[in-house]
Amino acid sequence: MNRSGDEQVSLVDLGRERPQLPAMARNMSPIVPRASISGRALVAVVAIMTFLASMTTGTVLLVSASAAEWQSEVSSEITIQVRPSPGRDLDRDSQAAADAMRAQPGILEVRPFSKEESGKLLEPWLGSGLSIDDLPVPRVIVARLQPGTTLDLAGLRARVTQAAPTASVDDHRAWIERMRSMTGATVFAGVGILILVIIATIISVSFATRGAMAANRPIVEVLHFVGAGDSYIANRFLRHFLRLGLEGGLIGGGAAMLMFGFSESIANWFAGTPVGDQFAALLGTFSLRPSGYLALAAQAVLIAAITAWASRRTLFATLDDIE
Amino acid sequence: MVRFENVGLRYGLGPEILRDLSFMIPAHSFQFLTGPSGAGKTSLLRLLFLSLRPTRGLVNLFGHDISLLNKDQIADLRKRIGIVLQDFRLLDHMTTYENVALPFRVMGRDESSYRREVIDLLKWVGLGERMDALPPILSGGEKQRAAIARAVISRPQLLLADEPTGSVDPTLGRRLLRLFIELNKSGTAVIIATHDITLMDQYEARRLVLHQGRLHIYE
Repeated sequence: MNRSGDEQVSLVDLGRERPQLPAMARNMSPIVPRASISGRALVAVVAIMTFLASMTTGTVLLVSASAAEWQSEVSSEITIQVRPSPGRDLDRDSQAAADAMRAQPGILEVRPFSKEESGKLLEPWLGSGLSIDDLPVPRVIVARLQPGTTLDLAGLRARVTQAAPTASVDDHRAWIERMRSMTGATVFAGVGILILVIIATIISVSFATRGAMAANRPIVEVLHFVGAGDSYIANRFLRHFLRLGLEGGLIGGGAAMLMFGFSESIANWFAGTPVGDQFAALLGTFSLRPSGYLALAAQAVLIAAITAWASRRTLFATLDDIE
Repeated sequence: MVRFENVGLRYGLGPEILRDLSFMIPAHSFQFLTGPSGAGKTSLLRLLFLSLRPTRGLVNLFGHDISLLNKDQIADLRKRIGIVLQDFRLLDHMTTYENVALPFRVMGRDESSYRREVIDLLKWVGLGERMDALPPILSGGEKQRAAIARAVISRPQLLLADEPTGSVDPTLGRRLLRLFIELNKSGTAVIIATHDITLMDQYEARRLVLHQGRLHIYE
């Protein structure tokens, strides 16, 4: 019975009452019972939030990839429009403009559209079978640039208009700028939605943590009685919330990944239909790159970590109130 | 070990229920704390356990002025104090064995290092057959013995017990008193709050009597 002595010395001497068999190791119950934390609702909330966040991120990635594809296609072309003008020979002006383009270094291909081809471009608006001989239809010349070429557009314009005064050169810069704005707006909206989802997750987790702490208040009080510090108590709860967060993140993130995995097949079913074509034009092939899936997985882990962090903050705030 | 100087306590804006308490609890001492119902025995025990702060005066525990301690330091001091409360405060989802072993678990000790000690103590308090029972199926007396075992298992330097023999028969009451005396002989200072004159008459010890918020000491 000496405190400073061997830890194994028994507090009480049982004499003949001492059990003769060695005591077996026991499976100890968790200090905070798992069932005492209403986990299902929290897992569902985290799963839904992760799913929404993943869908948002995936869509932003798809739109950004498609927009980058459009931009690279459009920016590798230059269009010259030669307008008819009284007293000028349109065919000769078109040829002169095409020749001026061909003389320009960095141009891979120059394709002047014939009168018939130019007329066909108007068919969607004017209908077929219409004689366009009497209409002042401009001629279009499309020039394809060598990738990575930087053109002196002002010099090119000067040379082309010198050869054909009614010609105008369009490098689609305005269109590309609009595309950039649209992509930027999509990414901005996506980030906004992500922030809202994260805030909603933090609020939900804080409420769930407070509820769990209230339900387990007697346990917290007893742990205080036996000398447990706040960190020890918080860690007992934190394990549960980290597990719930990971579970929810896995379900929500996994569902979103499956959704994107199947979306390519679904897009193929609708290929050729007007709806399918519209979606294909906007979002391309619907296929997320491997880096996109990695981003979704990282996001699911991030939301699980946010769940644990929000829970930890609430735990310490609540422990301050429990004595 | 414990020093109170002009300590007063009031709850909120109510009257002062403990007034001008000045006393010392020496190490290795044994005392009964008694007084009529509502005299403030439980409040004094809570002050000693640091779960209440005095509204005035100085409380010095194990050489520390408690007004200067943070929560972690208070938690560390509590590891040196065992407490038995009237409502037992056992954890219902843990077996009797696990409840008694809880202080060791919180200290981070391996289960194999304290298993024998816990089982021996449970047998001593007559709970050898109830080791794997959950508190909801224990009787009042059994709960009380489990709560006492939990308070003394880590051999605290100071043991506080609030009516520790209130729910047991006289024979077991004497046995529990023997446990407290043994613990005291091993170096623990013991304060037992009780109404039970018979219990107090069984052991010659210092008596702290609370009356109308003031403390009278009979050596």
